[in-house]
Parts: sequence; C-alpha cells; structure tokens
Amino acid sequence: MGLFDRLKERLKKTREAISDGISGLFRGGRPIDQALFDELEELLYTSDLGAVAGEVCAELARAHKRGEVKGEDDVRRLLRELLLQRLGPARGEPTFDAKPTVILVVGVNGSGKTTSIAKLAHRFQKQGKSVLLGACDTFRAAAAEQLEIWASRNRAAIVRGPEGADPASVAFDAVDQAATRGVDVVLLDTAGRLHTAKNLMAEITKVQRVIAKRLPGAPHEVWLVLDGTNGQNAIQQAKEFTAALAVTGLVVAKLDGTARGGALFGIQKALNLPVRYLGTGEQLELLEPFEPEAFVDAIVKPTLEAAR
Amino acid sequence: MFESLTQRLSNAFSFFKDKKEITPDNIDEALGQVRTALLEADVHFKVAREFTDRVKSRVLGAEKLAGVEPGQQFVHACHKELVDLMGPEGAELAFAKSGPTVILMAGLQGAGKTTTCGKLAKLLRERFKKRPLLVAADVKRPAAVDQLKVLGARLSLPVFHAAGLAAPEVCARGVEEAKKSGADVVILDTAGRLHVDEEMMAEVAEIARRCSPHAQLLVVDAMTGQDAVRSAQAFHERLQLTGVILTKLDGDARGGAALSIKQVTSRPILFVGTGEKLEDLDPFHPERMAGRILGMGDVVGLVETAASKISEDEARASYEKMVLGEFTLEDMLAQLRMIKRLGPMKKVLGMLPGVGSMVENLDVDDRKLVRMEALFTSMTPKERLHPELLDMSRRRRIARGSGQEVDAVNELLKGFKGMKQMMKEMNRLGLGAKLGADAKKQALREMSPTGELAAGSSGGGGLLGGLGALGSGLGSLGSGIGGLFGGGSKSQPSLEDLRSMMGGGPRPVGSSPQRRVESKKDKKARRKRGRR
Repeated sequence: MGLFDRLKERLKKTREAISDGISGLFRGGRPIDQALFDELEELLYTSDLGAVAGEVCAELARAHKRGEVKGEDDVRRLLRELLLQRLGPARGEPTFDAKPTVILVVGVNGSGKTTSIAKLAHRFQKQGKSVLLGACDTFRAAAAEQLEIWASRNRAAIVRGPEGADPASVAFDAVDQAATRGVDVVLLDTAGRLHTAKNLMAEITKVQRVIAKRLPGAPHEVWLVLDGTNGQNAIQQAKEFTAALAVTGLVVAKLDGTARGGALFGIQKALNLPVRYLGTGEQLELLEPFEPEAFVDAIVKPTLEAAR
Repeated sequence: MFESLTQRLSNAFSFFKDKKEITPDNIDEALGQVRTALLEADVHFKVAREFTDRVKSRVLGAEKLAGVEPGQQFVHACHKELVDLMGPEGAELAFAKSGPTVILMAGLQGAGKTTTCGKLAKLLRERFKKRPLLVAADVKRPAAVDQLKVLGARLSLPVFHAAGLAAPEVCARGVEEAKKSGADVVILDTAGRLHVDEEMMAEVAEIARRCSPHAQLLVVDAMTGQDAVRSAQAFHERLQLTGVILTKLDGDARGGAALSIKQVTSRPILFVGTGEKLEDLDPFHPERMAGRILGMGDVVGLVETAASKISEDEARASYEKMVLGEFTLEDMLAQLRMIKRLGPMKKVLGMLPGVGSMVENLDVDDRKLVRMEALFTSMTPKERLHPELLDMSRRRRIARGSGQEVDAVNELLKGFKGMKQMMKEMNRLGLGAKLGADAKKQALREMSPTGELAAGSSGGGGLLGGLGALGSGLGSLGSGIGGLFGGGSKSQPSLEDLRSMMGGGPRPVGSSPQRRVESKKDKKARRKRGRR
C-alpha cells in the first residue's frame, strides 16, 4: 500500500468530513453561490482549519466571480491548490549527518511524546540505525518505565536517571553514552510541560544547552509533538516552544480517527515550521513522514463511494 | 495573530459607544466579533452560532434598563448567556447510598486521566472524608499501571491491579476488593481511547456494564479543538456520562471546549485541573469559566484563595492603614508576604479582572518578590516606619545588604510613593477627606469595601468585608510591585486599571463599564455564597 492509500485510510475521518462533505454540498446539482461557500467554510472550520477556512473560501468565492469555478471538480482542484500553497515544501526525514544525531523531543503534557518516540525509534531502526533513548522525563510518575517498556519492545538502548533527577543530567549522560558507544541516533524524551510555565520552559532550554556542552552542534533536531486533537491553542504552544528552543520540526500525533487533520494548516500559516511526521494510530508502524501532496489528496480527493 | 476575546469584546463594546440603543441592525456586527472570538477560543462552530443567536434574542428581547448603556447591556448578556450555558453552579458528585461509590474515568489518550484519578482521590479524601481505592485498568499504555501505583504511594492510598486480565475484569475485581477492604469510593482509571475505535469503545461500555458506576466521568483536555464535540458525543452514546472533568486549565487555552461539551452532553462540568501538583483540582464554577472565556478574570477565585491563606484581621488592618494614610514600608512588607502566600504571582494577577489577558504577556518572575523582600529586610524597623529617613547612604547600605543595586532600592521607594499617592487619591474620591480618623474607621466598619457586597452578608464587619479590603490591598500592591516588574513594559496594568480593579470605596469616576458588569456578577455570586 502506497503512502497515499495509507494516509487515505488513516485519515478516514478528516477525509469523510472534508471530501465527502464537499460531495454532499453538490448533491442534487446545486448551483454554486455564496451560501454554498458559507457551508464549505463551516465544513472546513469544523475540521480545525481555523482562520485558513475563511481565507480559502473567500478566495474560492473570488475565483467563482471571475468565472473560474464552474462545478464540483473546479472547487476541489482549486481547494487542493490553495491548501497545498499553505503547507509549504516537504522537509523529509533527517539526514543523520552527525553521529550520533541527537533529537530532542518536547511538547505539552499528554501530547504523545513518548509514544511518538517509540515509533520514531522503530522507524530509524528499520532503516538500519542504532538508537539510544534518553528518559529525561524525571517528573511524571512512571514516565521512565513507560519509555523503558517501549525500549525493550524495540530492543533499543535506554539511559534513565532516578525520579526527580535533573533532566539535563540525564540528557547529558544519554548523549555521552551514545557518543562513546558509537550509536547513530539519540532520541531524548522530556517531561510534558505547559508552554505557559516559565520555569519549566527555562528547564528545557537548559537541557538544550547542556547537550551542546557534551556534543557541540547537538541537539541536531528539536521536534515539538503536537496533539492532533488540540485546537487553536496548538499555535500558542508552538509559539512558546519556538521562542524557548530552536525547534526544527513538528510531529503531529493522534491524527487518526479524528476529523481534525486541518489544524496543520493553521500551524503552518502561523509559524512556518515544517511538519516532519504524522502519528496515525497506536501501533508502532503508524508514523508517516509528512508529504503535503499526499496529505492534501488524502483529505480532498473524492472517494469512490461518495463520487457515485 | 491571536486577537484575544477580550479585545474583540471591547471592540464590540466600543461599537455601541455612540449608539442610543441596540437594534437588530447594529447588533450583527458586534455579534460577528463575538462569534469570531468564540471560534478562536475553540468553541465549536455550531455552538458558537447558537450562542450568538441566543445573545441576540436576549439583548433584543430585554427591556431597556434606565442608565444601562447598550455596550454594557451587550457584554452583560454575553456573560449571562455563557454562565447559563455552562451551569449549573455547584454541581457535585453523587455518592452511592450504600456500598462503595464507583467512579469510571474515561477519555481520549493524553487527556490526563491517570493524573486526574490521583487528584480526585486526594480531593475526595480531604474534602469528603472518603477512603478511596484506585483501580489501575489501563492495561494498554505501557507503565500506566506503574504510574497510578506511584501516585497511590505518594498519597498513601491503595491501588488495585490484577496483572494479565482484561480491563473489565480488573475493574469488576477492583469493585469487589473495595467492598472487602471497606473503601467507600472506587476510582476506575481506564485506558485512553479514540472515540472512533470501535473495539475500545466496546471495552469501556463493557466496564460500565460490569461495574455499574455511579459516576461516569469524561476527562477532557482544555486545549481540545473542534473535535471535542464529536468525541464527547461518542462517549456519551456509549456511556451514561454523569459529568465532565476539564484538565490542563493552567495553560493559556481559553477552554472553549468546555462550552461545546456542556452543550452536546448537557452534563455538568464537575472539576477542573489547574496544575501539575496533586492538589490542583478545583470544583468547576461556570461564572469563573465564563469570565475566563470572556477574559474577565476570576475575582471570586482570588477571594477564595485569599480567604484560605490570609486571616481577616490581617487584611483589615492593612486596609485600614491604607485608607487612613498611615501606610508605611512595614505594611508594604506585610502585604508582600500576604501575597506570597497566595501562590505564584502570575496566577494571582491572572485572577484579577482585566489583568488576565495582560498577564499572558507579562513576564512575572516570582523571584522578584524574594528580592523585594530582601530589600525590606535589609532595612531597620525604624527605616520601614519612616521611609523619609532613607538617604543615599542608607540606600547604599540596604543595596549592599540585599546584594542588589541602589537602583533596586530606588525602584522600591518609587513604587511605595506611587502607592501612597494612589491611596491619597482614593481617599479623596472615596471616604471624604474631611472625615476624621475615627469617623473613617467607623465608615469602614459599616461599609464593605466593595460597596455592594455587604448587603447580603452579616453586617459590615463580616468576612467579606475583610476580603474586599484585601482585594484593594492587592490591587495597590499590584501596582507597587508592578512597577518593579519588567521595567515599564507596555503590557503592564496601568495605575488606572489597578485602581478601578480595587474593591475599596465607591468606584472612581471613569472606571470601565465592563467592570461594573463584573461587579454585579460578583455581588450575585457572593450573595449566593453568603446564603449557603
């Protein structure tokens, strides 16, 4: 199954909401008018496209006035174009030039950091790389145990400290061990922190700093994990985290099953941060590198059943 | 980019500025602003539309009140409608008449179920004198059972788990265990599940069938977006939800999801999670949540916190001194220490109406309070009582003693002067400069400092009076301290803001009408509290 088909399957709900919704709008040979664009806006809004929904529909309406939009196919084609414009180019997977390549993973509480790390570890291992996990979440009860269980399932090495230890020291140890053992990739799991907590944001900045002390140039990547079910607040989160850290990409978790793939557009618009991966399910394999075209197609292209 | 709801509301508000009354023609633009604001707060599209429709009919249907400006009336209607939608106030957990009360916790992954289980257990034990048993039935997420066990150990509460069994079986055995061990509340921590995951939804329904929980609570992340409606609906269809717990409200999410969820499930929101510590779970108050969504602050919450941390006498003494113009550095230090007891500065300031949205951009560093305290304690008691003694030489000594620059001392004294000046003005506007000290004291006793509040409470000298006094003390200290924070950034509350925020005395002319709406709300809330 290709990437497009997999995404189509996993983003079923978003697709149902948007693509099938569009089919529904045109049912019964309805003419294109402002009311139709209003309904389309609502449809996009409820998929969490945020302000993008209004913009896209306004552009569609203008194009319609210019006589460029005559039917459902035109709407879809133009919608696809407009949405693609807003996603920017694909960033692809990290190049792993450095050895070890250190990836610091951050995010608010419950966004899906630990699970995403397990999936990333699995993915990198399948690419033939050796992976070491650093359990820098020393705050939440049993967070290190959770990562340890993933590590043993993945057969990855793990470095952990005692509960309540300084996360920066655990990060240092993890990078240190990876460097001496010649590991390819270090994935550092950190405690969830609300972006409004000043002291916790200072803590994570320190982690970043301390890593650089052990290995100049590290962390090579800082990925922010966003909960796909979060609303407009995701933008605030991304803002605060980018202010505190050199964030290089996003991992959007829990995109399966919800109708809210649309949040990506608002985030792109506000921050221009590349989305690196999408989490689309609970199993270890369900992590997809983000490709804008496949993503937009998966949610906009008509499904066979609906087209009939 | 993120234009706050408060901003939008004041736009809508100023829109009515030179209108005599609200008409069907001029209301739509204002409603449009409100709708956009609600959408930005993650209120569901449909719910937002219904909401504005209802505000419209409420405003247009209401009789025009004499002396109430259209703008006020509009904001008031929005607030009232929000409170109605999110009510009822004071919804509580129902306990079983006999045998243990079984509480089922369900929700999406990462909503905060396990942490909330721990918080709820603590709250039930401390406020309701219950003996809870925690049941670890999340067999899906690695180490979820360990997490609950650690929480249980921290709380010295028993945690039940039967390894290797399916979740419904674990829960059923947990309930049996509670009966045997004499626990009177059983909290079932279940795995996070997506509402579209048929298999997992069937599992949670099975748990409900086997254990017949008395309370079935949906745990929802306050940052949830538009999908909140769909997931809440799906859970509600499979379970008989009895209530909702909203988590992670300590962030800056406006929590519009609360409104949507209340609307689709018509189940009350019982508790809100407000921090990472186990005691950070509070009962839900629709008034406050409405204030938060509208960016109006949480005065009631502030007063409650204050009530639990500061004695009435302390507050009263401090307020009297301020009004009587006897305020010294010694008193300022006492106030500083009172404020420190209330918790992190940002949280405290955030509860003040109108400051909430400013605090978001305000860099509040609690260490500054500590540094300030160091300045105070480096003075001699005599200096604190007679600040005019502080010449350059003394200032240098104080700076050295507190390990800071002379500038810091100067800043502090400037803040102090500002406060004194403000109090003078307050006096002029408020209690009348001509009254003698005794008359003022008398006046103070007879009047609750918030003016209106005393009406329903036990005479002027009641607790509310003392608290109101504290409110005013806080306000002025806020500005005193405010001056020292961040060096005059634009987002700081202005003197004017803080003054109109204060409860003390009749309101100065020109306090914003939004505040007046606010005070009516407070009056009602406190009257209610007074009755209870």
